[in-house]
Amino acid sequence: MNPVLNAAVSILFDGLAYGMLLFIISVGLSITMGLMGFVNLAHGAFAMAGGYVTVSLMNLLGVPFLPALGGAFVIVAAVSMPIERLIYLPLYRAGELDQVLLSIGVVFMAIAGATFVWGSTPPSIRMPDFLTGQVDLGFKTFPAYRTFTIGVGMAMILALWLGFERTIIGAKIRAAVDNRAMAQAVGIDVDRLFVVTFALGSGLAAMGGGLAIEIVGLSPPFAIQYLVFFLIVVAVGGLGSIRGAFVAAIVLGIIDTAGKYLWPDGGAFFIYAAAVLLLLVKPWGLFGREQT
Amino acid sequence: MNAPDRSAPDPHGFLRGRERWRPVEALPWLIAIGAFFALPDYMILGTQVITMIIFALSLDLILGYAGIVSLGHAAYFGAGAYATGMLSAHLGWGEPISGLLFGGAVAGLVGFVSGWVLLRYHGLTLLMLTLATAIMLQELANVLEVWTGGFDGLLGMEFTPLFGLFENDLWGHAYYWYALAVLAICFLFARRLVHSAFGRTLVGIRENTRRMHAIGSPVHWRLVTVYTASATMAGLAGALFAEINAYVTLDVLSFARSGAVLIVLILGGTGRLYGAFVGATVYVILEDELAKASPEFWEFGVGLVLVLVVLFFRGGLLGGLDSAARRLKEARS
Repeated sequence: MNPVLNAAVSILFDGLAYGMLLFIISVGLSITMGLMGFVNLAHGAFAMAGGYVTVSLMNLLGVPFLPALGGAFVIVAAVSMPIERLIYLPLYRAGELDQVLLSIGVVFMAIAGATFVWGSTPPSIRMPDFLTGQVDLGFKTFPAYRTFTIGVGMAMILALWLGFERTIIGAKIRAAVDNRAMAQAVGIDVDRLFVVTFALGSGLAAMGGGLAIEIVGLSPPFAIQYLVFFLIVVAVGGLGSIRGAFVAAIVLGIIDTAGKYLWPDGGAFFIYAAAVLLLLVKPWGLFGREQT
Repeated sequence: MNAPDRSAPDPHGFLRGRERWRPVEALPWLIAIGAFFALPDYMILGTQVITMIIFALSLDLILGYAGIVSLGHAAYFGAGAYATGMLSAHLGWGEPISGLLFGGAVAGLVGFVSGWVLLRYHGLTLLMLTLATAIMLQELANVLEVWTGGFDGLLGMEFTPLFGLFENDLWGHAYYWYALAVLAICFLFARRLVHSAFGRTLVGIRENTRRMHAIGSPVHWRLVTVYTASATMAGLAGALFAEINAYVTLDVLSFARSGAVLIVLILGGTGRLYGAFVGATVYVILEDELAKASPEFWEFGVGLVLVLVVLFFRGGLLGGLDSAARRLKEARS
């Protein structure tokens, strides 16, 4: 194959895998921010926690990788519920400043706690055989793990789409994102929806954190390092929009990967510059609705 | 709650009364001067405290009075630090006072331009824009390695002695007074500003933007003006930082720095100017003691304190002190 084309396909592929990862982690943030209007800077902490739960399940209990990912989803989702009720609930009606500060506090505690329990050296896990090595897709071979990540991302978007478009609870969430007061007026228990979506979003982030170990690595500062990326995905995509989060995550993933290959020092600048410009032109993001 | 002030028949007298100097306001300055004689070995730390106070004071102008929430205030601190640093490292201009003013002016210009654009937005969009702007500047400083030194930091600054007399010695004695003088000027400016008619309109905008529009206040220009003043002051703090350390890294523009100054101000209390003094002193000294001994403990503590302050003590340390004093007074009467 032509070397330029070959490199381009590799960049696209890696970017796609990275974008899927960003999507899986950020989509929960987008939904919870769209639904509750809560500026949750602690979302990355749930992803980090998911990574460490995955590591612990595998290395301490000998659970295989795939069930460990599922375990991370369930455990972090379960733990996030009391956190939501105790710490977040009192501040749903507060201003952004309070929410920002509170969630920064939660991130700090999470990072310090993770450093205390797991140390600051990045842990390693043993991947199952079918996820190591390469897969041949006919015209080119690709790293198996990234192929798997893209597959998981595709499955997620399908599951989320079905869940939101085809189930009653999905319809309720869409209604509450659109107009919370009206949703409440027609008898939807928005309060309970908050808990469910918060847990779902945290669980998805946790799974993304587990998936991310092999791609971007895991250490306690993970909770804050990638936070800006998650926030950009959410803000650029538009609050509460799954489609927006997907498009923004894939575009960001590909641009960032291309930047790292082609211009290692300066690529990040253009991402932030592009995000700022886009927000200046479309303050509500690509697919967001104007809010007041 | 007793609020006879609000129904006072003489509103001008009420406002003038708020601006009047109270004896207790001499306290921070007495402490600062006393510290110089009592703790001569801690002057480097003292200068760090003062730099942080100036930085937090600049944030208080926009956050505490105008209600602008910024996650990227380090942009202006960093702009000032790099401007002063590059003036000395590349152009060989090492006179500290003019270097400081240059740093403040550059940061003010950056603040004016970015404020003019950003302050049309509010809420989450503004939050994201301030955050992304600061990180964008950080990446820009990383790319422009030729001028900024990039990741390795900007080296090669040399500053001449203050007034040609006082060298920045190993103990930081001369620069302690220098920093204190800069703080005093910034504070007098800030105090005058918030008590002026202009300062009252800022509070009006914070409390009810729509009504300020309705009574014909030029909201956007008011915000841009205070934002520029705040950026200039943050730039002075950054310039001071560059002159003290003779070294600037990308860290001056980092999200961590924007977060730290926010925490400092919240800890001390917003919208009361002295919150910056209390918050910065407590934060910098505790950080110096704890962060070295046990970084995890320090980080966990900061997080916990933030959560507790937001949930239970919205006024910060000074707010807590205020309500304790009020309760004491009520209990007595």
